[in-house]
Amino acid sequence: MMRESIDVYTVLFYFFVSITLVSACVVVFSRHIVRSAFALLFTFFGVAALYVYLFADFLAITQLLVYVGGILVLILFGVMLTNKQINVDIKTGTLHIVPAIILAAAIGGTLVGIAWSNPWMVLPTSSSVKTTAPQIGELLLTTYLLPFEVASMVLMVALVGAVVIARREKNKKETTRDS
Amino acid sequence: MIVDVLTWLQQPGLSHFLIVSAIVFALGLYAILTRKNAIMVLMGIELILNAANINFLAFSRYSTHSLDGHIVALFVIILAAAEVAIGLAIVLNIVQNFNTANVDEIDRLKE
Repeated sequence: MMRESIDVYTVLFYFFVSITLVSACVVVFSRHIVRSAFALLFTFFGVAALYVYLFADFLAITQLLVYVGGILVLILFGVMLTNKQINVDIKTGTLHIVPAIILAAAIGGTLVGIAWSNPWMVLPTSSSVKTTAPQIGELLLTTYLLPFEVASMVLMVALVGAVVIARREKNKKETTRDS
Repeated sequence: MIVDVLTWLQQPGLSHFLIVSAIVFALGLYAILTRKNAIMVLMGIELILNAANINFLAFSRYSTHSLDGHIVALFVIILAAAEVAIGLAIVLNIVQNFNTANVDEIDRLKE
């Protein structure tokens, strides 16, 4: 890991970094919204691989399950439901590009500069790397019990609320038409 | 200087992850600011949340050696799932009412 020559660890690290960044660029700059949605899949996959590099095995699997399996499917549903499929052009316009480039480049450049120049406190890596899932489960049921329960409530309320929001307007429209 | 950069590139460390997440954050911000389609705005939010998660896990791995960052990242993922579900329901509603998903054409609160 700390040898002078470039080893497999480093090469794979840059491979996953390039997957993440290139597909994120495709997400952002592609004109075709379906292409953006599928590029987002590779971004999530690359980020999950970076999680593995950060010794976060449980979070990597969760990322794959929730983001790739859940959120991405939801987004694809959204793309299909909100665009008329008869028209082939499922494209998105852009607006005020120049101020956005300036703002994003300024904020991103500032963050990169801080990350590059700041002497971060780095503890020496412990020799044994343990799996994180048992400890995360223990923390969730002891220290973080209240946020854990609140999160379950939030998820249930959000999902029921999403169903209510997505269906209510249709009924309301029919009733206003009837009256 | 160039030798410094080369040796820096050979040893992936904390700053590498921070720089990757900063770039992903800037890209997500750009998507939110420029895209007209509401779904693209949601995708930009997802990119930003992923960037924040990389930061949490990087500091958890290199600076604290505790699992608190993992817990926070887990809650971020949970809230992202809830946020996408609600956001897509709202977007579907907007499309039913306005026949468009472009956020710049939606300028009426009342029908």
